[in-house]
Amino acid sequence: MAKITYVEFNGTEHTVEVKPGLSVMEGAIRNNIPGIDADCGGACACATCHVFVDPAWTEKVGGPSAMEESMLDFADGVQPNSRLSCQIKVRDELDGLIVKTPENQH
Amino acid sequence: MSGTDGRVVIVGAGHAGGTAAAFLRQFGWTGEIVLIGDEPLIPYHRPPLSKAWLKGEADEESLALRPADFYGEQALALRLNEQVARIDTAAHAVILSHGERVAYDRLILATGARARPLAVPGVGLQNVFSLRSAADAEGIKRALGIGRRIAIIGGGYIGLEVAASARALGAEVTVIEREARLLARVASEPLSRFFEAYHRARGVRFELGAQVAALDGTGAVEAVHLSDGRALACDAALIGVGALPNEELAREAGLTCENGVVVDEAARTSDPHIYAIGDMSCRPIALYGRRHRLESVPNAIEQARQAASDLCGKPAPAPEVPWFWSDQYDLKLQIAGLAFDVDRLVLRGDLDEARFAVFHLDARNHVQAVEAVNAPAEFMAGRQLIQQRKQVAPEKLRDMSVSMKAVAAG
Repeated sequence: MAKITYVEFNGTEHTVEVKPGLSVMEGAIRNNIPGIDADCGGACACATCHVFVDPAWTEKVGGPSAMEESMLDFADGVQPNSRLSCQIKVRDELDGLIVKTPENQH
Repeated sequence: MSGTDGRVVIVGAGHAGGTAAAFLRQFGWTGEIVLIGDEPLIPYHRPPLSKAWLKGEADEESLALRPADFYGEQALALRLNEQVARIDTAAHAVILSHGERVAYDRLILATGARARPLAVPGVGLQNVFSLRSAADAEGIKRALGIGRRIAIIGGGYIGLEVAASARALGAEVTVIEREARLLARVASEPLSRFFEAYHRARGVRFELGAQVAALDGTGAVEAVHLSDGRALACDAALIGVGALPNEELAREAGLTCENGVVVDEAARTSDPHIYAIGDMSCRPIALYGRRHRLESVPNAIEQARQAASDLCGKPAPAPEVPWFWSDQYDLKLQIAGLAFDVDRLVLRGDLDEARFAVFHLDARNHVQAVEAVNAPAEFMAGRQLIQQRKQVAPEKLRDMSVSMKAVAAG
């Protein structure tokens, strides 16, 4: 299991254990963590699971695919450390990962 | 009941109902939440049924909206395999088919939609399917396979998604559509023609402008008879000719219905204690100054959020641009907006490369809708332009050398 901390826009932190193989989005949905909507269920079709990867983790997490990048370009408040959390697969090396959620996903 | 400590009963454990239950807890509802569903499964994603599920790439666990232990952890009482017979609005209770009364302080109706029946002889034969539930999808999956012939009646999204999955499984597919083109009610002409050509190139046969007269067979379906006298031999048939809202409970309870239960921008019905969300509701869409019934997952989630916010005393969420998606073969179709008051279409990109978008503009060059095929930037920018009601320059929009960022910036 990997420990992942989701930080809401208002600063509230939620730390949960997520099974490797699931996505960071699924970790949030399964634990009813606010701030990640995931309308499309992980099809990379909606950009409602936008997160900001903590700067200490961006290298380990890696960058977005071209498809994901095109979606992110038009997401609200996009930053260089923006990712769609449905596209980040949880692995053992991501134990301790911190992501922040934006003010809104639409 | 005061504040958030009453009992909320949700009728319908689909995407809308399941999401409403989760949002209520997320937004601070402290009282009981009872989720009543008529299927044996915990709330699940329906979109994969016509795709990953048919192809054997999904199972009950991956289909579930949330894992099974979620409901216990969140103190959500799940009542599966239960039919609600009626609503006693005076006594604030729903009555289950076996007579049990479940009292509510607030009620959320999320009963969804059902497949529109086809009024021709033979629809009761074996291997004649519609596709709404996991059970339906399981039946279709068993009927498909290499060399099996499936007749798909209705060239809408469900029909085309199943056609793509059936081809992937090696089945012989014929799609029969009453209109002269596919997706006639839900997509632009260029998009229809593109999808037709794409499916044809992958072995799907089409009968367009064709009326089904009857289904025929002994026990199981063996042929679809067309009104021009021809018979198409088949081993299975799928009827995908649209959906009807499950509004009978609401109607019998005296709620105002008009192509679905009429609700306001907070998903409230004409009864102050009852909300209605998802496919079964007819809701205002502020962006278009209209009321409309939407059949989509994003709509189910948006209305679940509206109802849960209202119940928990949270500010109303910002209105969203309606959107839809469909995956067929290697195509990702994303549609934003609704094609109301459209004056002209602007095509951006290349149909031959299967990477393009059709923008629907009104007479003043506002983007009303966008249909994007393998074109996520066009979809996202289009969604933003629809939301902002910004005028666009059509000549820039069709010029691929002008980036969507530049188009959106005006």
